[in-house]
Amino acid sequence: MKYRTLYICTALLGFGLVVSCTPIVEEMTEVEKRAADPRNKTHMVGDKASGYVYMTSQTRDMQDDDIANPAFTWIDLAEEKWSKVEGKAGKSCASCHQDVNKAMKGVANKYPQYDPESKKLIALQVKINRERTKRMGAKPWKWESDQMLGMAALVKLQSRGMPVNVKIDGPAKPFFEKGKEFYNQRRGLLDMACANCHVDNAGNMARSNVLSQGMINGFPVYRLKWQKPGSVHRRFIGCNKQVRATPYKRGSEEYTNLELFLMWRASGLNWETPAVRN
Amino acid sequence: MSLRIPSHILSALIATGFVLSMSSTAAWSADIDLAKMKVEDGLPKSLTGKPGDAKKGRSAAINRKKGNCLACHAMPVPEQADHGDIGPDLDGVASRLTAAEIRLRIVDPKAVNEDTIMPSFYRTARFHRVQKKWQGKTIISAQEVEDITAYLLTLKDKN
Ligand code: HEC
Ligand code: HEC
Repeated sequence: MKYRTLYICTALLGFGLVVSCTPIVEEMTEVEKRAADPRNKTHMVGDKASGYVYMTSQTRDMQDDDIANPAFTWIDLAEEKWSKVEGKAGKSCASCHQDVNKAMKGVANKYPQYDPESKKLIALQVKINRERTKRMGAKPWKWESDQMLGMAALVKLQSRGMPVNVKIDGPAKPFFEKGKEFYNQRRGLLDMACANCHVDNAGNMARSNVLSQGMINGFPVYRLKWQKPGSVHRRFIGCNKQVRATPYKRGSEEYTNLELFLMWRASGLNWETPAVRN
Repeated sequence: MSLRIPSHILSALIATGFVLSMSSTAAWSADIDLAKMKVEDGLPKSLTGKPGDAKKGRSAAINRKKGNCLACHAMPVPEQADHGDIGPDLDGVASRLTAAEIRLRIVDPKAVNEDTIMPSFYRTARFHRVQKKWQGKTIISAQEVEDITAYLLTLKDKN
């Protein structure tokens, strides 16, 4: 039994027998239990919990200390890139945006965003590559490259501590709805939807893993299993394959819509990029 | 929600060949659409016509590439460290369910509860985007269904 249980036993002395032993279960929800840990306070809001609260204390220590957090190796590289001139236009990010701390504050909440040009949602990575190709005349970066992971993390880092708050109305609405549908659709030979694990069973053990709510407020995350940072689309691929379903490509429409839905799900939680996960 | 068929009616149906038509042959097709058949009392016949081997069933239930039942259920398997708690503890399951009920719950638990997270271990149809290497396959074989059923039938309440 995973809850604290109080046993009230009534012994009838005359017979020397325990006649009734009634367990009174003090139902503490998983979220209430985690909320009791002071370290988790800023990582929870209402019934929402960041993946942070499901991690071991060593993993949380790594996330809490920017020196110990390995993701900063990639972020430091991106900081150099920020002011490095590249491409035909002879410009760097800094040529247009100056200080990354000021210019990119709050930007994590703006993507995925409706793009009138393609009439679809675009993720932050797509926007970064547009800046590189269109404004700088430089080569685009691959989705899961060290440069892209570092730059996406550097941009999102500037929103750390701000609540997740994404726009899902207006032209973004139909894409949001598709993302929601994806989240609730069963798939693969194991026939499971994202919601089966991350809504219905968050806090439960799946053999050796604690299932989290699958929140994305810390992405790109440094994952110990990967030994490097990874994008949220990489995580989607992993979760799809886990149920023996054919994954989509990183940057696909499907995953971008799903990302918007998951940002909405994380509304109110603080941005934690770069988070550390097992 | 449960459309339980009383057992005397079920035997009558079997006698009239109603249920027999889908369970008489030794070789079952994994494509049988159980959800449509409302066989909620269970699958009384062995899928292979052969009895299951409880010892083999125990290891197939543990094996991560086969049943991986421990992902979701606790079982009396002390040598394995991590047992999931998504589904009920299977210790004592044989005191709650019959062989027919257990077999159905392994073959296609959605025939009992369409919202369950538990995978259908012996079904090939009605899936979405199954990875190529798994297309047309079942998670475990018919004999493994029988072996695991035989193993679960050994899990009776001790008191
Ligand atoms: C079979 C169960 C299962 C299903 C189905 C599943 N996941 Fe996961 N997911 C996991 C496990 C296990 C982890 C790692 C532990 C954790 O954070 O929950 C994980 C982690 C994640 C994370 C990382 C959370 C963090 O804080 O780092 C995200 C995001 C996620 N899943 C999203 C999804 C999405 C989207 C889907 C559907 C496409 C999905 N999952 C389907 C089991 C599942
Ligand atoms: C992904 C989770 C998951 C996996 C894997 C899983 N189960 Fe289940 N199982 C459940 C849940 C949840 C229930 C509760 C009933 C429901 O959801 O309808 C259940 C119920 C059952 C029941 C009915 C128990 C009762 O007391 O009524 C049996 C029997 C069973 N499972 C056997 C198995 C066996 C055998 C395996 C492996 C071959 C297995 N399960 C794998 C989630 C799972």
